[in-house]
Amino acid sequence: MVSLRNHESTGQGEQPRRASAPSAADRWRALPALVRFPLAAAAAFAAVLALTFVTGPTGDLRIGSVGYYMLAIAGLQLLIGYSGQISLGHGAFMFLGAYTMALLVLHQPALPLWLNMLITVVLSCAAGVLVGAATARLHGPYLAGATLALAVGLPSVTVRFPELLGGSNGLAFSTRGAPPALAGVITNTQWQAAAVWLTTLIGLVVLATISAGRLGRRMRALRDDESAAGLAGVPVGRTKVIAFVISAGAGGLAGACQAYLLGTATPSSFTVTLSLSLLAALVLGGLGSMWGAFFGAVALVYVEVWGEDLAHALSLDSNVANNLPIVFFGVLLILVILVWPQGLHGMLRSLAGLVRRGR
Amino acid sequence: MDQFLNLTLNGLSSGAVYAALALSLVIIYQATRVVNFAQPALALISVYIAYAVSQATGSYWLGFGAALLTGLVLGAATERLLIRPVHGRSPLSAIIVTLGLLLVLQGLAGMVWSNEPHSFSYPLGFRGRFSASDWFALASVGAVALLLFGLYRLTPLGLRMRAAAFRPEAARLSGVRVGLMLTTGWAIASVIGALAGMLAAPPFIFPNVLDAVFIYAIAAAVVGGLENPFGALVGGVLIGLCLSYVSGYAGPELTTLAALAILVLVLSVRPDGLFSRPTARKV
Amino acid sequence: MRSRIAPAAALMAAVLLATSCGGAGEVQDDAAADLDVSTGVTENSIKIGSHQPLTGPAAPGYSQISIGAGAVFDYINANGGIHGRDIDYVVKDDAYDPARTIEVTRELVHSDEIFAMLGGLGTPTHSKVVDFLNEEGVPDLFVSSGALMWNQPDKYPLTFGYQVDYTKEAKIQGSYIAENMPDAKVGYLHQNDDVGTDSEIGLEQYVAEQRVAVESYDPGNTDLGPQISALKEAGADVVVCSCIPAFSALAILESASIGYEPQFVVSTIGADTATLKGLLSEFAAEAGNEDLPVEQLLDGMIYTGYLPSITQQDDPWIQLYSQIYEEHADSDRPITNTTVYGMVQATMMGQALMSAGPDLTRQSLIDAVHEQDWAGPGLVPFSSTENDHGGFAGAMVLRFRAGKEPEVLQEAMVTDNRGGEITTAEVERPAPEEVSFFGE
Repeated sequence: MVSLRNHESTGQGEQPRRASAPSAADRWRALPALVRFPLAAAAAFAAVLALTFVTGPTGDLRIGSVGYYMLAIAGLQLLIGYSGQISLGHGAFMFLGAYTMALLVLHQPALPLWLNMLITVVLSCAAGVLVGAATARLHGPYLAGATLALAVGLPSVTVRFPELLGGSNGLAFSTRGAPPALAGVITNTQWQAAAVWLTTLIGLVVLATISAGRLGRRMRALRDDESAAGLAGVPVGRTKVIAFVISAGAGGLAGACQAYLLGTATPSSFTVTLSLSLLAALVLGGLGSMWGAFFGAVALVYVEVWGEDLAHALSLDSNVANNLPIVFFGVLLILVILVWPQGLHGMLRSLAGLVRRGR
Repeated sequence: MDQFLNLTLNGLSSGAVYAALALSLVIIYQATRVVNFAQPALALISVYIAYAVSQATGSYWLGFGAALLTGLVLGAATERLLIRPVHGRSPLSAIIVTLGLLLVLQGLAGMVWSNEPHSFSYPLGFRGRFSASDWFALASVGAVALLLFGLYRLTPLGLRMRAAAFRPEAARLSGVRVGLMLTTGWAIASVIGALAGMLAAPPFIFPNVLDAVFIYAIAAAVVGGLENPFGALVGGVLIGLCLSYVSGYAGPELTTLAALAILVLVLSVRPDGLFSRPTARKV
Repeated sequence: MRSRIAPAAALMAAVLLATSCGGAGEVQDDAAADLDVSTGVTENSIKIGSHQPLTGPAAPGYSQISIGAGAVFDYINANGGIHGRDIDYVVKDDAYDPARTIEVTRELVHSDEIFAMLGGLGTPTHSKVVDFLNEEGVPDLFVSSGALMWNQPDKYPLTFGYQVDYTKEAKIQGSYIAENMPDAKVGYLHQNDDVGTDSEIGLEQYVAEQRVAVESYDPGNTDLGPQISALKEAGADVVVCSCIPAFSALAILESASIGYEPQFVVSTIGADTATLKGLLSEFAAEAGNEDLPVEQLLDGMIYTGYLPSITQQDDPWIQLYSQIYEEHADSDRPITNTTVYGMVQATMMGQALMSAGPDLTRQSLIDAVHEQDWAGPGLVPFSSTENDHGGFAGAMVLRFRAGKEPEVLQEAMVTDNRGGEITTAEVERPAPEEVSFFGE
């Protein structure tokens, strides 16, 4: 996963080579992206799997949640951090993905999980094409407003079609757990967390490869100066829509993972708060780097948990304790923007830099 | 037919509220190019202060005054303390800071006044098909619009504010204190936001009471065009009417979808809203 | 190092992919969980968990339930606990978001290791953990929701309903209207989820002929203007409101505002008169200078109920609960019927734990619940037998009177949630000192 640091900004790769013999890190960097990213992902997968052996079932659920949030945020990273379009409505794609997964499991139980995931990606990309094409002419706050309305409006279709979509109570289902051959070795919750992370990492490899390639360069050119990029031959409209479609696919897949992990798809999980939290987590983690998605996802899952633990530890008045986690998250957002505009990732990187120079 | 009239009147009174909140968003957007996600929270705190003052003094109107004053102070403070430091950075920074403030203020309101709803009265009588309070909403929003028009077009302060927003460099050269003007813009906008909160909150207040209103206000501002206060007013009333008809004739769960449909429809024809001024934004 | 981990992980991934080729929805049946365990029980404590909306849009009103239950458990502990054990009541906030419910429930079961779940709140939320709780063998008592799905002893042997289900209640409302107001035109106003559909099924059995309008509201949209004016247009003289408290209050206010005065018949979920009075209190003193005492707004409202109401000041249970609330509750709000709802749940939990005896296991608790004689605070019979986990089996019909005790219009009746008859129920209500819900 170390390698992902490489493509966070355009100019990173051209650091002056040190004269000494190439270190392991240099040799690693010299590998082509198509080899490097999958290798890094495999290592990350091993690490996550190892982690699930020490955390227990609640931990598995949280690890899985970090996984799917990370995928959604990484998709948003590609859209906002790389192509510069602000969407406030990515919860809508997660909604779509979650319901696709739920309906497939309920009505086509014989389909394997990977095929369900694939169908979800295709459907959410199709939705991305629709939305992306409809909003391609919009800029800045208008795009934000339209996507916000999408996130608010879409979940209410469930109430309109209660027979199929379960109304406001949503859908509940069970999925196949760990295969019997692995019984005793790996628990069902570990299995689910692993499946979510496998999907997430495959998604991340695709996203990282895209943003390291030509399309990624075009997006960044677009973000930095739309007119200049257009003059330089970047197909502006098409690149924008493609970025939207890819991030919609990632959002949908993340939603499918959530539904699979929790065994449910419910409209009240996809409120506008979710969309705004994804955006907040992205900026909190750090714009312009896939690592930012990781830190953002961790913050999204754990700030709530820590806030509650803190409230318990301090044995506060119940009104204060109930509202402490959201105040905590809000303060964190403001502080990060004011003090470390590069997000948690930027902060950690500059800290690491300080340590290195100090040695 | 009677039902149509009822829905129209109902839509007008909620439209006035959306218009007021949209107006406050547009003024802030004009001044600092920021979509202020904390606007409902600033209004919420103002309304809670009004509640506390009314409870203590027994007078609705003292509370009303306290709300407007709170809005003024909060708006100015937000601009000074949180928005100024991120000025000139990507628009995303300001969005996130205001989102953070929204969470903090909503949480604080819950801490102080609990998440339980409190009964909160209308400004005037609420009885009648178009009650005194509905008239008050419509009239106060109209009055605010006229006052704003007068301020911007007819007074030196308004001229300076517009100059600071549109040509900050030139304004600074001609001696306008640009920073102060931007703060003033935020303060005025938040007073209007507080008014919208006072009109929107009854009959109950609780920390999430303005969330839905805020979503429709954003929709109204975008439909009308973020560059144009007049657009916000028209957008607000338009959204209010449409949602009332949809709720009455098709079902209340469709109102959010209807807001989306209106937005998509308007923006696909006019990507910068109904009343945007032609600008030389892009090549 | 890395070169060895990576292929291993890739192999694992390949295995994962290959074996996941089985249908994702083809679930094998697990063996039933072992119930002869005392998870969460120590020498001197019993851990009871719950998920409640303490923040977010559903918090208003409902956050009072766990305060009430907590106060009763505190009272039990202060009086020596249950067979020498204190109740450790752990409430987790799920903000009414099912995704969070799943997370906090797993946390309660796996990390906090609760002995039993009590009064998990909400249909969309609790329906997502009911499978999990039954698989894990966690007793799931007195779900805080009137959905029909909790009463499935074959599928969910450990789950027990609590409040009267929406269809039973609506049948009792419907038959009361058909009998006592046969000429009235009836309009329904209900929430657009299972509350609405289940209620409508019950009402239709009795007042289908009289019905002139069906309007629904969305809990996310507080503008009831269009719905109320449609009911007025349709000429409904009776409006059956299957609404949560905020929307009953809105409906009453909105009707008053347009000068429409139907006879409201409100379901228990929305008829907490103490909460309604709180919500409408401002319209008493000020109301824009109109002199309109709050009780006047509610006067004459007909509602169904299965628990004693806070307005019944002579009821010994209400007296006890008021005293407990004053001494043990962590709240500065006045006690409401919603608080009492949680307090009765806790009392009944105490009764069941007392009956289960000092050698407490999950199985002994379930057996005790099956055998329990539920005479206590409730106004109607409570079923928790092996074949019927339905909870309160019916309701009384009452009328709110300004400044007075509520008038009982119809004594407790019970029924089922299908086509069965409505019958009178014999209820015995011993005073608190005759009921053992704490002690040795």
